[in-house]
Amino acid sequence: MKFALAIHAAPFSSSASQTALKFAQALLAEGHDIYRVFFYQDGVHTANELVCPPQDEQNLCREWQSLARAHSLDLVVCIAAALRRGVLNAEEAERYDKAAQNLAPTFSISGLGQLLDAAVKSDRLVTFGA
Amino acid sequence: MSQQLLFVCRHSPYGGSNAREGLDAILASAAYGQDIGVLFIDDGVFQLLPDQAPASLPQKNLSANLSALPLYEVERIYVHSESLRERGVPFDSLTLEGLQAVNSHEVGVLLSGHEQLLSF
Amino acid sequence: MSTLHTVNKSPFEHQTLASCARVCLDGDCVLLLEDGVYGALAARAPTCADLNGLLQRGIAIFALEDDVVARGLTGQLLDTVTLTDYQGFVKLSLEHQTIQSWY
Repeated sequence: MKFALAIHAAPFSSSASQTALKFAQALLAEGHDIYRVFFYQDGVHTANELVCPPQDEQNLCREWQSLARAHSLDLVVCIAAALRRGVLNAEEAERYDKAAQNLAPTFSISGLGQLLDAAVKSDRLVTFGA
Repeated sequence: MSQQLLFVCRHSPYGGSNAREGLDAILASAAYGQDIGVLFIDDGVFQLLPDQAPASLPQKNLSANLSALPLYEVERIYVHSESLRERGVPFDSLTLEGLQAVNSHEVGVLLSGHEQLLSF
Repeated sequence: MSTLHTVNKSPFEHQTLASCARVCLDGDCVLLLEDGVYGALAARAPTCADLNGLLQRGIAIFALEDDVVARGLTGQLLDTVTLTDYQGFVKLSLEHQTIQSWY
C-alpha cells in the first residue's frame, strides 16, 4: 500500500517525530511504499542541518536522511512554514538575503500543494502532531 | 463512494500555530479545486467566533480568512454541536456561510466516510 | 468503513482521549501512543468515562509497547488494552480506511 506521512511536530521538543520515523521504518520493512513525507508546522525543524545533539542522542535529521537515501523517499518541507521558522535552502537564503542556508540535503522545499497531492495519491495518510 | 478530504480542526486560534497553518492548508487545497470538507470540533469551534480582533497581538485575523471558504467553493463545513454546547457558543451566533451542525455520531461517520483525514 | 484514532496526550492534562471516545463508532479502533498510553492505566479505569465507554461498546484499544515500557508502565495497564509494536501500528492503519490523529 501507498502511504503518506505528515509530520507537524519538531524533533526533540516532541516525541511525535520519533514515532513517525519508527512508523516509516516499520512500513518499509513490511514492503509498503511511502509516497511522500511532508514536514509541516514545527515539523520543518526536522530538516535543519545545523542541529547538533550530543553524540549519544538520536539525530532525527540524519536518521531521515539515511532512510530517504536507502529507500529513495521524497522528503518535502513546506516552504511557508519553513521560511517562518528559519529553515532555508540556498535559493531562499539568497532571495531573503540571509548569510546561511540550513536545509539538509535529501530534503526539498515546496508548497502546500505537495501535501494535498500526497493525500490524494496515497492510500493512507498518517499525521504525527505535537 | 467516499468523499475525498476532510480537514479536522481541533485547536483554538492565536494561542498556537495549528489553527493558522491548518487554515493555510485548507485554502491551498481549495485553491486547487479539490473537493474538501472542513470539520470544527473541540477548541476548533473557537475559530468560528465572530468579532475576532487580533490586530493588537499582532496576528492576522483568521476569521476573515475563514469567511473566504465559500468563495473557494468549499461547501461542506461542519461544526460539532456538543463542542459548541459545552463552550456556551450558540450555533446561531456563528456567521460563517454554509455551516452545518453535526452531532458526535455524525462526526464519527464523517471521519470514516472520507478517503483521507488531515488532522490539525 | 472505519477509522483508526491515535491519541498521544495524557488524559490527566488533555481532553484528547475523551474527545476521541465520544465520536468513535463501532468498528473503529483506538491506538494510544507517546503520553497517550497513560490513558490506559488500570488505576484510572473505575472513574474514567472515556475509557469505560469505549470498552463497553467493544471498541478495541491498543497501546504502543515501546511507549509503555519507556514510561515504566509495564503491568500497570488495563488488561483489556492490547499492547502492540510498530508492526501492529502498520497493521491497524491498513485495517482502517482513515486515520485521525488526536493531538
